[in-house]
Amino acid sequence: MNDWPTAQDVVQEEAETTADRPLARPPLVLNRRNFSWITERISGVIEQPAPRWWWVCFTITGTIAMFGLFCLGYQISTGIGTWGLNHPVGWGWDITNFVFWIGIGHAGTLISAILFLLRQKWRTSINRSAEAMTLFAVMCAAIFPGVHVGRVWMAWYLAPLPNNYGIWPNFRSPLMWDVFAVSTYFTVSVLFWYTGLIPDLATLRDRATTKIKKFLFGVFACGWRGSNRNWRHYEMAYLLLAGLSTPLVLSVHSVVSFDFATSILPTWHTTIFPPYFVAGAIFGGFAMVLTLLIPARAIFKLHDIITPQHIDKMAKIILLTGSFVSYAYTMEFFVAWYSGNAYERFAFWNRVLGPYWWYWWVGMLFCNVLSPQLFWFRWCRRNILVVYFVCMCVNAGMWFERFIIIVGGLHRDFIPSSWGIFIPTWVDIWTFIGTLGIFTSLFLLFIRFLPMIAMSEVKIVLPEADAHAHSPNGHHPVAAGGMERT
Amino acid sequence: MRTPAGHEVYAMGAEYPSAAALYEAAKMVRDAGFKRWDVYSPFPIHGMDEAMGLGKSWLSSVVLAGGISGLLTAALVEFGPSWGLYRLVVHGKPYDWRTVPAFFPIMFEMTVLFAAFAAFFAVLIMNGLPRPHHPIFNWERFKRVTNDGFFLVIEARDPRFTELEARELLERSGGQHITIVHED
Repeated sequence: MNDWPTAQDVVQEEAETTADRPLARPPLVLNRRNFSWITERISGVIEQPAPRWWWVCFTITGTIAMFGLFCLGYQISTGIGTWGLNHPVGWGWDITNFVFWIGIGHAGTLISAILFLLRQKWRTSINRSAEAMTLFAVMCAAIFPGVHVGRVWMAWYLAPLPNNYGIWPNFRSPLMWDVFAVSTYFTVSVLFWYTGLIPDLATLRDRATTKIKKFLFGVFACGWRGSNRNWRHYEMAYLLLAGLSTPLVLSVHSVVSFDFATSILPTWHTTIFPPYFVAGAIFGGFAMVLTLLIPARAIFKLHDIITPQHIDKMAKIILLTGSFVSYAYTMEFFVAWYSGNAYERFAFWNRVLGPYWWYWWVGMLFCNVLSPQLFWFRWCRRNILVVYFVCMCVNAGMWFERFIIIVGGLHRDFIPSSWGIFIPTWVDIWTFIGTLGIFTSLFLLFIRFLPMIAMSEVKIVLPEADAHAHSPNGHHPVAAGGMERT
Repeated sequence: MRTPAGHEVYAMGAEYPSAAALYEAAKMVRDAGFKRWDVYSPFPIHGMDEAMGLGKSWLSSVVLAGGISGLLTAALVEFGPSWGLYRLVVHGKPYDWRTVPAFFPIMFEMTVLFAAFAAFFAVLIMNGLPRPHHPIFNWERFKRVTNDGFFLVIEARDPRFTELEARELLERSGGQHITIVHED
């Protein structure tokens, strides 16, 4: 009976053995926290009454969201002319916002799916909130093409159904692919997120103090009881959902880029777009993850779970994907010159020196190319203020990038007589600001009512979760077929 | 089986101090030849499937079937109208099977969508969930399973189950708080 190591012993042993291993990886959860501490700290966030700052923030973001909803209502009831769209700029802030929001979602899926397949255990501290961010970003994204159809009650034309003449939608159109890609992305993200939530909802059910909470968490936890016969299927489902989400997330922004790449406009008609868009999406998405998590970590004192190491790693991903994006920007200019196409060359000169010159210099060059270069330095990656500054630059820069691609491509048509300029109206501006309000309101509701960190997953990265390293019979090799859960 | 107080017995359970202890205990129960038993933990324990003598989950085959049905559905939805119901020539492109490259994106998305639904519903159905009530919840200590508790439970339905043998085995494997769990 007493041969068995308790959690205390395991922690002790871990402390002793890591002391003389200077190259050992730093722990993912600091200060030797145990299982119960993780449960208490993360459940505590939602079990305590809402703090005053939460109400203040929620009132502000909720009000902003209401402005957005008002603008949407006004636009739908009055007409698409309330936006600044006109010939030749038929896609303006609306599609810019769509691409901006859908791109932000990509970081959540990268963290939850791709990093899972790559066995990156540090993802466990951030995957839940990043996935939630994905869902809210995709919701905001879906608003724009939805209302951009003009007569929103005709939006069912996007569905694979015949219209009243028996004509079906054109399945060869990238816009149709987009409908399928975005709706599949949202649905699969919801399923993946909810699957991951089930064990944590069971934790909240077992801790619930009121009947209503017990009932609601009980319903959504589906009666989960942590049985290994259940975990066996659960882990397989989780692995497969990760495997399915990986090509899915790469496909979504590729398909979004096809909306542009299959057209004939200079700066749109390029083969580099799919990887360029995907890298940009992950780049912008990680910036948004950090934008949300750095304050949340400070407010809820989650420093032992979201450690400087996590922020460091996310900063490195921003640097990596930012470098992809910088490469793509450079390559676009090179190809414009190398192609010898006069329109293409003109379009890129126009990008740098035309009416939207400062969008390029500030948005693309400073925010997206130069600011992430700070992350080459460890000091910058470990300094919260620098990290936050770069993330805000990238958030803004990625919006500018999409604006430059979309409006920059449209406002100078092939014939100078059709040239124009895009001026956003107050409806354009407030609809976009409104979606920022919707997004932050939804995120505030999420951290209030659901565990923002995947408790059952963080517990796995603790040293005492390893059933093999500390058993009395010594180390057991990992048996074939056993799935490691990261 | 009933207790002297007249309760129907569901199982005998024990709590273990750590994941490693539970892992070793599972191997002992497996080797003792029990079939209707389970271990419960706040997170999946690596290697526990082998320790319990369970094979690989066959959920993957359900997901494969889901994916294939998604692919076929997409092919039907795309080729049905294009080739049969209402032939539509757009951009002078072919409408028959030769148009398939332009149909790939939707085929891919539908494959993923159906496979993901298959994975989600399969994990619930194969685990017998949702199941709001389960006899194991009658055990007060069991609440810790979603926090930091590690439990091993041998059901009374197991043909090898006798109270004496189960208790002896759970004790020998290092179990604590050995308890009879009631059915109701």
